[in-house]
Amino acid sequence: MEVLDIIKPENQVFCKTKLMTDCPLSYCPGCGHGTAHNLTMEVIDEMGISEDTIGVAPVGCSVLAYDFMNIDMTQAAHGRAPAVATAIARTWPEKYVFTYQGDGDLAAIGTAETIHACNRGENIVIIFVNNGIYGMTGGQMAPTTLEGMKSSTSPYGRDIETMGAPLKITELIANLPGVNFVSRQSVHTHKHARKAKKAIRKAFENIKMKKGLSFVEIVSNCNSGWKMTPLESNIWMEKNMFPYFPLGDIKVDGKLK
Amino acid sequence: MSELKLMKGNEALAEATIRAGADAYFGYPITPQTEIIEYLMTEQPEKRTGMVVLQAESELAAINMVYGAASTGKKVMTSSSSPGISLKLEGISYMAGAELPGVIVNVVRGGPGLGTIQPSQADYFQSVKGGGHGDYKLYVLAPSSVQEMSDFVEDAFDIAFKYRAPVLILSDGLIGQMMEKVYLKDQKPRLTNEEVIEKYGDWAVTGKKGRERNIITSLDLQSEKMEARVRRLMKKYEKMEKEDMRFEKTLCDDADYLIVAYGSSARISQKAVELGRKKGIKIGLLRPITLFPYPKQPLFELANQVKGILSVELNAGQMVEDVRLAVEHKIPVAHFGRTGGIIHTPEEILEALEQKIIK
Ligand SMILES: Cc1ncc(C[n+]2csc(CCOP(=O)(O)OP(=O)(O)O)c2C)c(N)n1
Ligand code: SF4
Ligand SMILES: [Mg+2]
Repeated sequence: MEVLDIIKPENQVFCKTKLMTDCPLSYCPGCGHGTAHNLTMEVIDEMGISEDTIGVAPVGCSVLAYDFMNIDMTQAAHGRAPAVATAIARTWPEKYVFTYQGDGDLAAIGTAETIHACNRGENIVIIFVNNGIYGMTGGQMAPTTLEGMKSSTSPYGRDIETMGAPLKITELIANLPGVNFVSRQSVHTHKHARKAKKAIRKAFENIKMKKGLSFVEIVSNCNSGWKMTPLESNIWMEKNMFPYFPLGDIKVDGKLK
Repeated sequence: MSELKLMKGNEALAEATIRAGADAYFGYPITPQTEIIEYLMTEQPEKRTGMVVLQAESELAAINMVYGAASTGKKVMTSSSSPGISLKLEGISYMAGAELPGVIVNVVRGGPGLGTIQPSQADYFQSVKGGGHGDYKLYVLAPSSVQEMSDFVEDAFDIAFKYRAPVLILSDGLIGQMMEKVYLKDQKPRLTNEEVIEKYGDWAVTGKKGRERNIITSLDLQSEKMEARVRRLMKKYEKMEKEDMRFEKTLCDDADYLIVAYGSSARISQKAVELGRKKGIKIGLLRPITLFPYPKQPLFELANQVKGILSVELNAGQMVEDVRLAVEHKIPVAHFGRTGGIIHTPEEILEALEQKIIK
């Protein structure tokens, strides 16, 4: 059988959601962004809300999310997606509004917008892809870069004395009363992806029930920025990222776990 | 039918925003424009028209809220004063690039830095020479009375949606703070969501019901596409110059000398013109109402008639450069300005004209 026969629609057992476009992903092979996109779009498709969803793309590797996500999207300045989403949700309260942001975007330059949108309890979803590095600009240190982790701007490893500890922004915002649901997941195996999808689904359902802000962190790899093969990066992530950024629900229905 | 009221410039602008049928206002306090958000919060337009008012965590957040609501075809405004406008410039540049309509108000105070809370026109360069990054221009309206603070709101929204571009209302601490009679327009209804979708559904992100998805972005990684975008923007600005340039001439027909001034400087210069005429000096006043597009042609034509021009500004000499460019150095052009929040008197202006131009 030829490859093209295998991918004929009638031969497919599993396929990508129609809410992902046919535009080839710009992500490095092995990167978690594509899976995180796909899961988000699957949830929106399965909930039947694609015509009422407005997404906000960040500045970062996922700036082109609008090329891949087949829904209405606007692209925000670096770090400002929560402010952009706030205004959309306030002026279109019946729509499903979400942001998709990296760790530099959400936890460095956009910290104020993140905290205040969370504190106001905006009725939106924030999908936060934490890969511990600035992927797009070529692997600089992020607020979430681990202690001792090397990057192009921490070539000898992150020094806690001078740079502070990696920022657990998710735990920080979980303490805000406006935030209803906070979960930290990963997408590097099928098992993890299924759990992440459940969390994303709950987050979007919360919008419907006007529960306030839902926040799903996805701890992900950046094999290029970390200078590893995809497989190595996933193993490294499990060994180093997960102990510091432990997976699981952090806040459910307004109650800290 | 319009309503006559005695109001502060800032309040008249805020009331006019509700009456223009605006959908939202996002702002952050800063003197001398805080009355705008205070008035809106007190008025509760949410109850009057359904308009959203939100105090943002910063000017950065506020302009990006404008970007967000404008992405969906809503009629939105933000206001600030000089240091806050500096923070908004990235967002304004994004709006120009992504071709989003929206109104930004700058009630200018003296700078640089924290400067002073007193009136100034020192943000002329920032307003008309880019300010933010990249090849873009802002349509700039300069009110010179409380009446115009009110009237220009609707004009600004009309231009913003005509061109899908950000529009700046460039006021200052004097016009914002002073009280005058103002005729307020009647309440215009806000567009319903269905009307927004019908009017702007070809570009706005409102959810892709019954159509292909829309995307709002200012990013074009392919050079040819980016150049095409810049060309499209330049076409808009050319059209603005042709169709929407505004100015006002006072006593120019027989003038031997000309004062060029906008906003509060124009108000004071008007008195200087009267004083001069009493002394037998034939002075005229040209008041640019739009600072971009600038009234280059009318100035060029007047340069064939008058012997010299004084550019009167509340700054160290900014608009004077555009006056010189417009008259192509055919006649002497001088600048007179006060800074630091000091407002020139009509007598000072006349004296400056006599010393620098008439000699
Ligand atoms: C105002 C501004 N500052 C800096 C940049 C450059 N820049 C682009 S992406 C980026 C970092 C993105 O990192 P992250 O949010 O972690 O996303 P990732 O690429 O890792 O997914 C930076 C610093 C920019 N575009 N705008
Ligand atoms: S640089 Fe990193 S985050 Fe960006 S696409 Fe490549 S692997 Fe993914
Ligand atoms: Mg990152």
